Amino acid sequence: MTTSEFDSYRPPEEPRRRRRRDRPDGHEKAGGREQGNRRHRSGLAPSTSDGGREMAMVPEPQFSTTASDSYYGRPIVKAPPWDERVAAYLVCGGIAGGSSLLAFGAQLTGRDVLRRNTRITALAAAGVGAVALVADLGRPERFYNMMRTVKLSSPMSLGSWVLAGFSTGAGVAAAADVDRMLGEKLPLGPLRGMLRAVEAPAGGLAALLGAPLAGYTAVLLSDTAMPTWNDAKDDLPFVFVSSASIAASGIAMITTPVRQTAPARALAVLGVVADVVATRYMEARMDPVAVEPLETGRPGMLMKWSERLAIAGGIGTLLGGRHRVVAAVSGAALVTASAFTRFGVFYAGKDSAQDPRFTVEPQKRRLAARRRAGITDDSITTVR
Amino acid sequence: MVQLTQGPDAAVEGNPTADAHYEHPHPRKGFFTDTSICIGCKACEVACKEWNRNPVDSDYTLSNSSFDNSEGLGADTWRHVAFVEQDRQRVEEARESGRALVSLGMPTLRAPGGGTGGADAGAIRPSARTGARSGPLDGPIDAGLVGGLQAGPDMGGLDVLSSLGSAVDSSAVDITPPDTPEFRWLMSSDVCKHCTNAGCLDVCPTGALFRTEHGTVVVQDDVCNGCGTCVAGCPFGVIERRKDGIAQPKTDRSPAPGVHAEKPSKADKAEKADKAEKPKKNKNSGVAQKCTLCYDRMTDGQTPACAQACPTTSIRYGEREDMVVSAQERVAQLHAQGRTEARLYGANPKDGVGGTGSVFLLLDEPEVYGLPPDPRVPTRDLPRMYARAGIAMAGMVAAAGLAFLGGGRR
Repeated sequence: MTTSEFDSYRPPEEPRRRRRRDRPDGHEKAGGREQGNRRHRSGLAPSTSDGGREMAMVPEPQFSTTASDSYYGRPIVKAPPWDERVAAYLVCGGIAGGSSLLAFGAQLTGRDVLRRNTRITALAAAGVGAVALVADLGRPERFYNMMRTVKLSSPMSLGSWVLAGFSTGAGVAAAADVDRMLGEKLPLGPLRGMLRAVEAPAGGLAALLGAPLAGYTAVLLSDTAMPTWNDAKDDLPFVFVSSASIAASGIAMITTPVRQTAPARALAVLGVVADVVATRYMEARMDPVAVEPLETGRPGMLMKWSERLAIAGGIGTLLGGRHRVVAAVSGAALVTASAFTRFGVFYAGKDSAQDPRFTVEPQKRRLAARRRAGITDDSITTVR
Repeated sequence: MVQLTQGPDAAVEGNPTADAHYEHPHPRKGFFTDTSICIGCKACEVACKEWNRNPVDSDYTLSNSSFDNSEGLGADTWRHVAFVEQDRQRVEEARESGRALVSLGMPTLRAPGGGTGGADAGAIRPSARTGARSGPLDGPIDAGLVGGLQAGPDMGGLDVLSSLGSAVDSSAVDITPPDTPEFRWLMSSDVCKHCTNAGCLDVCPTGALFRTEHGTVVVQDDVCNGCGTCVAGCPFGVIERRKDGIAQPKTDRSPAPGVHAEKPSKADKAEKADKAEKPKKNKNSGVAQKCTLCYDRMTDGQTPACAQACPTTSIRYGEREDMVVSAQERVAQLHAQGRTEARLYGANPKDGVGGTGSVFLLLDEPEVYGLPPDPRVPTRDLPRMYARAGIAMAGMVAAAGLAFLGGGRR
């Protein structure tokens, strides 16, 4: 029965709890719990239904014995504030980089349609990626600050320059092809001659920066304290360049008639083999705890389907690549596989920041391993 | 800035300002946070928020983790007091793990002799290892422990320890933490580590993060474009991008008991809506933010807000060399008292981040406080990463070349 208007502020009464038996290893003996319970049992306040019984105003004390290797299970490292736009950029960077290599090859071997389509793909992907990247900044209007310095210790800085250089080359090369496609109707005037002159070198520049654009993002991710990304540092570049190759080839197989896509199909098959092998090798070499985010949950699903789609696309390319429809479907599978790989890796790294276990356990393990090996002078914890 | 990584040489020297090529480097400044005498008052959190005008970082909620409701360091919280409740078994384990550190034969970290400080630094420093004897503090209490605080010019009446020291015989001051055999309550004020090899600084693509002349790491909020790379680069999870930076005082209150809430009039509603529409945006929204070690105060020769506000001198500020020395003396003293759970965090220049500017004395494993047990600055492996990526990129070009050669003319 309510006797005071302040009673409405009381928390709802919970049913009385008996002593908890969930700690079989004798933890209960420790601390104030034993005393508190003894007090309860001595029947200091018999339970009555009129609200007059003794009510705990604070919950029973819980010592953090169960989670002694973390602070209330809170994350230790912080995930970067990147959202899906950055993951989309990872995909676009791969497509753009791979396409510029295909475009340069087509340029050298005289495959006009392949050259045109891959150049346009490269420019479009780089453009979409760059916009996504800028939009993800906390202060997008200051994106040009990236261009105020070159910093070798920052993969993001180098990547910005690679992307800028790549976009310039790919843009010029694609502009030339677009102009040609439109029957030279663009009002370019004397610029057309210049465009023709720099077209080939521009395609070369884009091809030169294509592989770095496709692969630097692996370093960007690995050069962080996110346990999964950092632990994949030795092999992630191989995964990323492979997945870039299959994505670019896949797009080429969608956009371009089969008679010109033989190199793209060859690259796709090579890429699929490399992608599957590199991903498996990477996961096998990683710390058994740090690799978990890659294998479970949403990233695990993405990685699994990425492998399936890559293999399906590779087989389709190999067996039916000369058939236009089969080639296009296989290409779509390959592009999707590449996107899944990058989204999977992206999410896995962000997930690995959320649980302190992924930070603490591999670190404790490597510290213990160094100590076993006799290296005892490089711990951050010292007693002198 | 263009230097790829700071080599181990820089780490051993201990003063990272050499890498930043300052013509007139100052002594490296830092904190020593002695968690054994922290009382969890959160004065440091409050002082930090006030001085740096940091916005609230969440609704006022209880996080259900002892007295800790600010949860952790972040863009808006640059000092964070951790509260850990432990039972006897955990105390014993901590004591054991600390003892194990001794028997490992850890390196003896002596302050580099004849360094920058010279004579006056030696004068501040109490004679080495006085604290190794058990018993009440004699030497460290006057000079070493509060050396940094005395340097502050305007401590005035706030300087508790030194006033105590003059009024009371120093041996009467007992700063031995109470030894409760049944349980213990750990409190620790966490802060940016201001690493010798700072991950955030290395990966910043704009140069917004820089090394100050005092060896600390500071964000230039007018340069940062909020790319967020530093957030991932920090092995301690300190730096964060400020979300909206909206600082609004709470105006709504639940009505007092017995008073019926008045229905807000239309005018009130309109006024409130007006206010809600235009929340005052903090100028640093969308920008990476972290502890600056009160760079603005430091340049004026003042003590950082948190250290000045700390009532127990758990947070000390001064030249890093002196901080490490007093930390070493304190840990030796605690060990002599049988409190082998005491250990230092960040004092070793050979660790994964080259030593930290903020040194801590902990009473348990670092992860218990939410600190990484073996942090390693990611850029230390960057040359290798670049090399591996180079091989992969060459492979990609080779594969493309092979595809065109194998694909023939048609």
